[in-house]
Amino acid sequence: MSDVAAGLTIEEEGGRVILVPTGDWIVDTIARFASEIARIDHDIDPGRVSIDLSGIERIDTAGAYLLARPIHRARDGVTEQHFRGDHATARRLIQLVLEKAINSEPEVEDRRFGFIQAAGRIGAGLEAAWKEMIATFAFFGHAITSFASTSARPWRFRMTPIFAVMEVAGVNALPIIAVLSFFIGAVVAYMGANLLETFGASVFTVELVGIAVLREFGVLITAIMLAGRSDSAFTAAIGSMKMQQEIDAMRVLGIDPYEALVIPRIVACVIMAPLLTFAAMIAGIVGGLLVCWSALDISPQFFVTRIHDSVPIQNFWVGMSKAPVFGAIIAIIGCKQGLDVGGDVESLGRHVTASVVQSIFMVIIVDALFAMMYLELGI
Amino acid sequence: MSAVSAPLIEVRGLKTAFGTHVVHDGLNLEVRRGEIIGLVGGSGTGKSVLMNTMIGLKRPDAGEIFYNGRALGKMADSERARLESHWGVLFQGGALFSALTVRENVMAPMREHTDLPRSLMTELADMKIALTGLGPEAPSKFPSELSGGMRKRAGLARALALDPDVLFLDEPTAGLDPIGAAAFDSLIRELRDALGLTVFIVTHDLDTLFAICDRVAVLAEKRCVAVAPIDELLQNDHPWIREYFGGPRGRAAHQAREG
Repeated sequence: MSDVAAGLTIEEEGGRVILVPTGDWIVDTIARFASEIARIDHDIDPGRVSIDLSGIERIDTAGAYLLARPIHRARDGVTEQHFRGDHATARRLIQLVLEKAINSEPEVEDRRFGFIQAAGRIGAGLEAAWKEMIATFAFFGHAITSFASTSARPWRFRMTPIFAVMEVAGVNALPIIAVLSFFIGAVVAYMGANLLETFGASVFTVELVGIAVLREFGVLITAIMLAGRSDSAFTAAIGSMKMQQEIDAMRVLGIDPYEALVIPRIVACVIMAPLLTFAAMIAGIVGGLLVCWSALDISPQFFVTRIHDSVPIQNFWVGMSKAPVFGAIIAIIGCKQGLDVGGDVESLGRHVTASVVQSIFMVIIVDALFAMMYLELGI
Repeated sequence: MSAVSAPLIEVRGLKTAFGTHVVHDGLNLEVRRGEIIGLVGGSGTGKSVLMNTMIGLKRPDAGEIFYNGRALGKMADSERARLESHWGVLFQGGALFSALTVRENVMAPMREHTDLPRSLMTELADMKIALTGLGPEAPSKFPSELSGGMRKRAGLARALALDPDVLFLDEPTAGLDPIGAAAFDSLIRELRDALGLTVFIVTHDLDTLFAICDRVAVLAEKRCVAVAPIDELLQNDHPWIREYFGGPRGRAAHQAREG
């Protein structure tokens, strides 16, 4: 079925304007008449317009709509006088379109751009951020009470999902975290080797690696990987459950979604974060050790002895103490964003992004708070 | 209006399987130009799978689908694309793009395949949406703000966006209230009469079958056991067909039409 080109001629006859459409009036062919028809619709009294249907080959609802435009506002309704000639379906289609459709004016969207609008948007953004923060704290509180009430009845802890999350979010993340931390340790050692050599103090590279990795990098690498890897997974999983109404189904079945979805993830993250951090520390130190060995001729035995002697053990405990906190932050933000997902895919994407960004942001802020706290404590 | 005659779509010797689970085996079906054909079958007999295979979303494991005598699997991409632009498909859940408003959903195929000016596209989209019985507030809503039935209508509006020649509907009236379902039926028939559409409906709605389907295909035992106008099907003594149409709901729908 190839299309016959559409045509339109306009005739005047006895004070009436007669539209004579010819050929195929279908969605593929009518584009070029849109402005002409709009002009007629605008300029000419609909009572004076007639349409000659006899030249039309094929017509669909789009064509019928366009032809109906100039007459749809006729005061006495569309009557016999608006039509000339005959066509198997055109008149019927035009009537169908007229009676069902042309009644609503398309809404005009408010899309102004200007200083006030920009300021308004900034304000709205700030308010949204403020509300989001309060909501996250509320969620945090809810998760804690939920955890407390479950702890009062420990048999209510769901061990299967806890172990499943521990495996997926924890054990499976081990290789990547170890590799990243290894290289960070190596980079720190190179950096230190270069800088300290100028002072002839290259042996202090060992302290540099030990303190940096134990105190900060081990736990930060772990937290950032958890945020990027598991947090997005939590949000996506819970979010799609939300979209499929699975969360609603849980509620009506008397299953508390906090107990079933949120608590296991928090528990698993709180347990796994320190373990992963420990692995990251070991890997980072090994990275530093290898660099020291190859670039500075510091033997592994000497490296280990020196770490023992001159890197206080507090550094290790400082790093480890932060890990469960970061784990909890990451799990809570991931679950919160997941439960906030609305009905559409767009919001799923938005919340996954938000959850990763927020958790990395929070991890770094809290890390800074820890640093200040330990400084004051003199640890 | 249109002569109900030459097959527009022909399914020949179709076999579909998921792993070892064979859904269709040696299935034959003809869809004639200008007819409204209903497809019925028990749950899990592969009605939607058949529809998805007919529109090329799933490759048949054996057999072939012919459009106007041309095999779907052997068409060049350009020919296939041209064919597809003349199809309208309504999926079971509506399958609207959730990031777009209803109006933008309906405009999506127009933007892709036509060069209509934007204002006319908007008006046409609003017209299609109104045609399917949605109110004037619907076009600017997002799919997530609509009820299931409204989503179906919006899905139909999108399926009709390019005034297709063939309309595939997967359970269009499921989840609609009876008034809405009846309006849906009459809209489909009206469009068929006015535009010469060919309509393929997967449905469980007996009222739809009785009210608008020219022929009904019955899917059972992995193939189409019968394809006939509904009055002939009522005489068929295949046990499943007798149970399907002879049950209380079938009788009620039959009486509704007779009455």
